[in-house]
Amino acid sequence: MPPPLLEVRHLRVEFPTRRGTLVALDDVSFDIAPGEVLGVVGESGAGKSLTGAAIIGLLEPPGRIAAGEILLDGERIDNLPYAAMRRIRGRKIGAIFQDPLTSLNPLYTVGRQLIETIRTHLPLSAAQARARAIQLLQDTGIPAAEARLDHYPHQFSGGMRQRVVIALALAAEPRLIVADEPTTALDVSIQAQIIALLKRLCREHGASVMLVTHDMGVIAETCDRVAVMYAGRMAEIGPVQQVIHHPAHPYTVGLMGAIPAMDEDRERLTQIDGAMPRLNAIPPGCAFNPRCPHVFERCRQERPDLLSSGSTRAACWLAETVSAGGAATALGGAR
Amino acid sequence: MSALVQVHDLARTFDVSAPWLNRVIERKPRQWVHAVDGVSFAIERGQTLALVGESGCGKSTVARMLVGLYAPTRGQVIFDGVDTRQAYAGRDAQALRRRMQMIFQDPYASLNPRWKVCDIVAEPLVEHGLVSASDPGALAERVAQLLQSVGLAAADSEKFPHQFSGGQRQRISIARALATQPDFLVCDEPTSALDVSVQAQVLNLMKDLQRSRGLTYLFISHNLAVVRHVSDQVGVMYLGRLVELADKAHLFASPHHPYTRMLLDAIPDVRMSGRSRMPIQGEVPNPLAPPSGCAFHPRCPHANARCRAERPVLKAMQGAQVACHAVEEGRLAAPLAALAT
Repeated sequence: MPPPLLEVRHLRVEFPTRRGTLVALDDVSFDIAPGEVLGVVGESGAGKSLTGAAIIGLLEPPGRIAAGEILLDGERIDNLPYAAMRRIRGRKIGAIFQDPLTSLNPLYTVGRQLIETIRTHLPLSAAQARARAIQLLQDTGIPAAEARLDHYPHQFSGGMRQRVVIALALAAEPRLIVADEPTTALDVSIQAQIIALLKRLCREHGASVMLVTHDMGVIAETCDRVAVMYAGRMAEIGPVQQVIHHPAHPYTVGLMGAIPAMDEDRERLTQIDGAMPRLNAIPPGCAFNPRCPHVFERCRQERPDLLSSGSTRAACWLAETVSAGGAATALGGAR
Repeated sequence: MSALVQVHDLARTFDVSAPWLNRVIERKPRQWVHAVDGVSFAIERGQTLALVGESGCGKSTVARMLVGLYAPTRGQVIFDGVDTRQAYAGRDAQALRRRMQMIFQDPYASLNPRWKVCDIVAEPLVEHGLVSASDPGALAERVAQLLQSVGLAAADSEKFPHQFSGGQRQRISIARALATQPDFLVCDEPTSALDVSVQAQVLNLMKDLQRSRGLTYLFISHNLAVVRHVSDQVGVMYLGRLVELADKAHLFASPHHPYTRMLLDAIPDVRMSGRSRMPIQGEVPNPLAPPSGCAFHPRCPHANARCRAERPVLKAMQGAQVACHAVEEGRLAAPLAALAT
């Protein structure tokens, strides 16, 4: 197996506030292999976007990385000075954000933004950069790319704007793309186009993707592996089909049961009672224990690490006590 | 069973012209957008009709016309045998409003942040004279009942909206809507601002309430999986018009209209993964300049000259109502075969 492109080790992100320190990410570890698409899924406040922001070095102060490390190609990037991180951002890590209108500068033409990005990172002349910009727009499926280069962002529709943002992210051939809810602001028909485009382009350019979304359907379509986050912690990580069809963590089981399905009729959806804890009131032990139907004494006292359960790893004591197959059946019965 | 709500040829245009001075100086023309353009449907008592479509297709405008927040430009809404346009003008307006209520999309914007929950839920009770404001004991008791019926605690009535999570706020909205004991609830994207696990809680609650109180719902959503879960009948809208209206089972098993098929194809579904999908080409056209004929023709793979020229009307065929020349002429392959490929 090739060495991972991105390694995140025991990442801890804190927000110091007047009323004490909030731990927004707690001991988060995962890898992304070259060319791999890793989905990161979770509900609002689970810390999925924050993980992306920490990797691209765009944590909003006062948030800060308090412990752990992030390695890209074996080199630490979490402690780089601002200027060095700027060179990596765009060149080695591209970013796609949720709202394509706010991630483009409304005062500059799309072409100017693309050419600026290309020339910042690649040694190209103005003419070569322009040719590359046209090529990028064509690759992302924008018709009449040459003419569109001189248009401003407001002259594009939402789907077209997101294509421009993808072109921008790919401009300097980065190794890793961090895509934070790239399709959430779009309609379903446009979402399907953008997902297909993102998948195709990343395969062609050999880029790895960290896809942050709350939409399990998008994950199922796009990703190789998926990481499920809960209350700033990793709940489960594993191959996408395994996690969807045989989830090991009770939270993942609940999450999958809560999604209305297109191919079966159910009178009631599985509901996880309660809500995710606030950051200042994360319960001791497993963060999910107050909502978990399988909770036992140990869950309330000791926090589980990611434990192997078949081909996935889940932060759940059940994964340890029951054999891997047994855990899936035990949880399956509760569904 | 008679239909509780009947809608005939409902339409609404909005004036989006430039300001008067610009029209005079720059000779800009007046402009109207046809947000809803001739929509007809009926909802049976105790049933749920879902309207689906992408942003800008007019589904929220339909919802607002049904509850009387917008006056229709054309057409009529008949609620329990009464034409609402006349009723709203007459003395029965208050009685009519009591019988239909609305739940809005954003539970952060639809609750007054300066009011306590008890005031929010009590307002419709007092406004409609169901409980006298001079009897605080009875009022508090009724509010507590309502909060409990949506799964909140009676003690929550002393809190402010910001003390609740999104799902709990939507429960407060539902309690407020139920306060007047309505027959008909218009739900405009009630769960799209919520996380999936919370969405499941709210959808389950809405289904339970429908069963226990015999409620009739108009459910607006862009999420076909949610629609499939809650509805009995589904109407698919595109650019202000209904393109297909059918029973849920029928629509999802054998969609007729090319737009419906593509919409179904476009949803990434957890369990269907691996199935090849055909993304819809192109984008929703500008509603200020809708295409001639069938509004979907620029994106439709089956479009021909007739589709470009003549606007199809909703016609009953093969167990559904479909507005499509291609379906009518049998130019489309059988729906089931199309789904299998």
